[in-house]
Amino acid sequence: MKRHTIIALMQDQPGVLNRAVSLFRRRGYNIASLAVGHTEIPNISRMTVVVESDEVEQVVKQLDRLIEVVNVTDVTYESTVDREMTLLKVGALNGNRAEIVALCEVFNAKVVDVSQESMIIEMTGSPAKVENFIEVMEPFGINEMMRTGIIAMVRGAKTSHTHKTYSVEGNGRVSTEALK
Amino acid sequence: MSEKLTGAQIMCEALIREGVEVMFGIPGGTIMPFYYAMYDYQDQLRHILCRHEQGAGHAADGYARASGKVGVCIGTSGPGSTNLVTAIANAYMDSTPIVAVTGQVATSLIGRDAFQETDVTGITMPITKHNYLVKDIEELPRVFKEAFYIASTGRTGPVLIDIAKDVQQSSTVPNWNVELNLPGYHPDRTFDHEEIRDAIALLTEAKKPLMIIGNGVLMSGATEEVRQFAEHMGVPVVTTLHGIGGFPEDHPLSLGMPGMHGWVHVNRAIQECDVLFNVGSRFDDRVTGKMSTFAPNARIIHVDIDESEIGKNIRTDIGIVGDARAVLQEMLKEMPQRDTHEWVEYIRQMQEKHQPKQHYMQRPPEASLMPYDVFTTLSRIINERGNYRVVADVGQHQMWTAQLIDWHKPRTHFSSGGLGTMGFGLPTGMGVAVAKPNDTVWVIAGDGGFQMTNQELQTIVQEGIKNIKVAIINNGYLGMVRQWQELFENKRYSGTPLSCPDFPRLAEAYGIRGLAVDQASAVEDAINSAYEHDGPMVIDFRVEREVNVFPMVPQGKSIGEMIVGAPNPVPEVPRTVEETPMPIETPLVVKG
Repeated sequence: MKRHTIIALMQDQPGVLNRAVSLFRRRGYNIASLAVGHTEIPNISRMTVVVESDEVEQVVKQLDRLIEVVNVTDVTYESTVDREMTLLKVGALNGNRAEIVALCEVFNAKVVDVSQESMIIEMTGSPAKVENFIEVMEPFGINEMMRTGIIAMVRGAKTSHTHKTYSVEGNGRVSTEALK
Repeated sequence: MSEKLTGAQIMCEALIREGVEVMFGIPGGTIMPFYYAMYDYQDQLRHILCRHEQGAGHAADGYARASGKVGVCIGTSGPGSTNLVTAIANAYMDSTPIVAVTGQVATSLIGRDAFQETDVTGITMPITKHNYLVKDIEELPRVFKEAFYIASTGRTGPVLIDIAKDVQQSSTVPNWNVELNLPGYHPDRTFDHEEIRDAIALLTEAKKPLMIIGNGVLMSGATEEVRQFAEHMGVPVVTTLHGIGGFPEDHPLSLGMPGMHGWVHVNRAIQECDVLFNVGSRFDDRVTGKMSTFAPNARIIHVDIDESEIGKNIRTDIGIVGDARAVLQEMLKEMPQRDTHEWVEYIRQMQEKHQPKQHYMQRPPEASLMPYDVFTTLSRIINERGNYRVVADVGQHQMWTAQLIDWHKPRTHFSSGGLGTMGFGLPTGMGVAVAKPNDTVWVIAGDGGFQMTNQELQTIVQEGIKNIKVAIINNGYLGMVRQWQELFENKRYSGTPLSCPDFPRLAEAYGIRGLAVDQASAVEDAINSAYEHDGPMVIDFRVEREVNVFPMVPQGKSIGEMIVGAPNPVPEVPRTVEETPMPIETPLVVKG
């Protein structure tokens, strides 16, 4: 099944994530990864969802229909920078520590915690590279792992949302005229 | 205004500012502050105390459908709000603009499983257009403004506002000059002229064009535009269950209802047409039958105010997102006149051959009262007397209402189309009667559905609502399910035989005049007596028990495969119809 990457800008309000996510469930779509965070616009959050489905037009339209969703784009066929971060706790005894550190250097990964028997490694990269790194670490024994899910951004000057200017009112609200 | 008001007073003021005159509800613990404040606003806000919140929700629905305004219903937290759920879901499926106001436990108790606490915003998330939980009194003016705006614009629908009890009790100086904070909501989007041109080009080339109209036509008030367009182009018009009244049925271009219980000639026309022009109907599965086989020869143009409807169920060649009325007005400017009489005549020949109502005219010799007797007589009398509104409940009688009454005017026929809510009839009729006090409102219900919400008879009595007349089509079964059991489950009548109270006596217990009719010859007098009686009335039509709704497309089948009648005993293979398609003389050329 094809993987689609969808970016949605949403008003930062209680319940909005619940609305968006339950929509995927209700319409029968499977979420492969989900990442949500703040954006350059006050009170607007950005959600990157990777969905496993051959067709996402319907779910994009349904997302757009949510009152608090300001903009939705399917960037699957755009040229994008995709990034994901992972934290790995690997078994690291005296014998293999050097080898792990060497591999981290190859992958541009950072060792962020070291103890007697284990190390925590932070690694950021494209989803494929993260996948690759995890494979390489597996022989050392992965005791704990966490992946953030993909965040994506369209390359070049173009933004994933079509409108470039936003006006923010004194009360911190995004003007209704903006983002149209 | 610099006066301090309580949250509850702000709620009342906000409702008045939105033009609300009537509300349907039931008080309870967490909504009591609102009712306390409401006492001082009695002259401006009429409160109708219902007997069950579902009734209040449906009444608001009926009020909205009949008046074109936003209907308002009220419930307390917990069971009050969960009882509203069915009515909200019903309004959502049929795109009725209602605002449901519910009380919530105090902010300090939220999340503690407090007495009568229910996460109603969570529950209603998938069945509302939007909803709010208000925990800050300063939010109230904006939330009410947004709620009414969202409910009544774009594709209309229900909005729920859940308000914590302490918010209703606290006070502040309200700021009414609030702006809407809806950057992601654009109900006023305009369509592309290019799409209009493409649609016109396609319709101009069509040899067998067909127009199908739905709720969108009535919601946007486009009935006049539909008539102009149909006449200008000579295109025959199909009206879905919710499109009824959008095009007069005595018009030479009117074909009638499509779908599961649509007429044979209508479904055949859909299967044969080369361009299907859908205005404001959402290709519900009860219209399309098996979706992959629907309108196989047609290029499809779909006009809908909700973009997500386009291409949702049926592949669409041209999608136009916009208000039905505005789109038709735009198209009328450039649409060339067409002569399609050959196509229309062909459909009429089919109609002649398959006599739509033939099944109903076959009368078992021992039958003393057939549903057909009731519906044809009612149709004649209401059309003679005029000023009528008809609300159907859900089931066989709902389909007979659509099939056997002659419809001419918009907003005269009300039905629970999307959700198919049994129990919809009486409370919705109550809302319609309140919105249209000068019209006679007929509620047509089955004996099953009527027993689901008949407690609202007492609301009608308490409120002195006189212009409501109930016709129960009583066959002692959950008839539609029984029909399926007869046709597809070898007559295993599991859970469908239904006993009833003596409805006239039940009505009398409520202080309402009741009447029982079991002879065809008594129907006319009974209906006329309902008009002569200055007050509500319940007529129990005790009809032949096992009459079926035909034609019928079995669930999941193509609308080309219709059962037109099933003599008793049921033959192994029900009779279906076949037609030789009308040849298209020249191949269709598609532009754009």
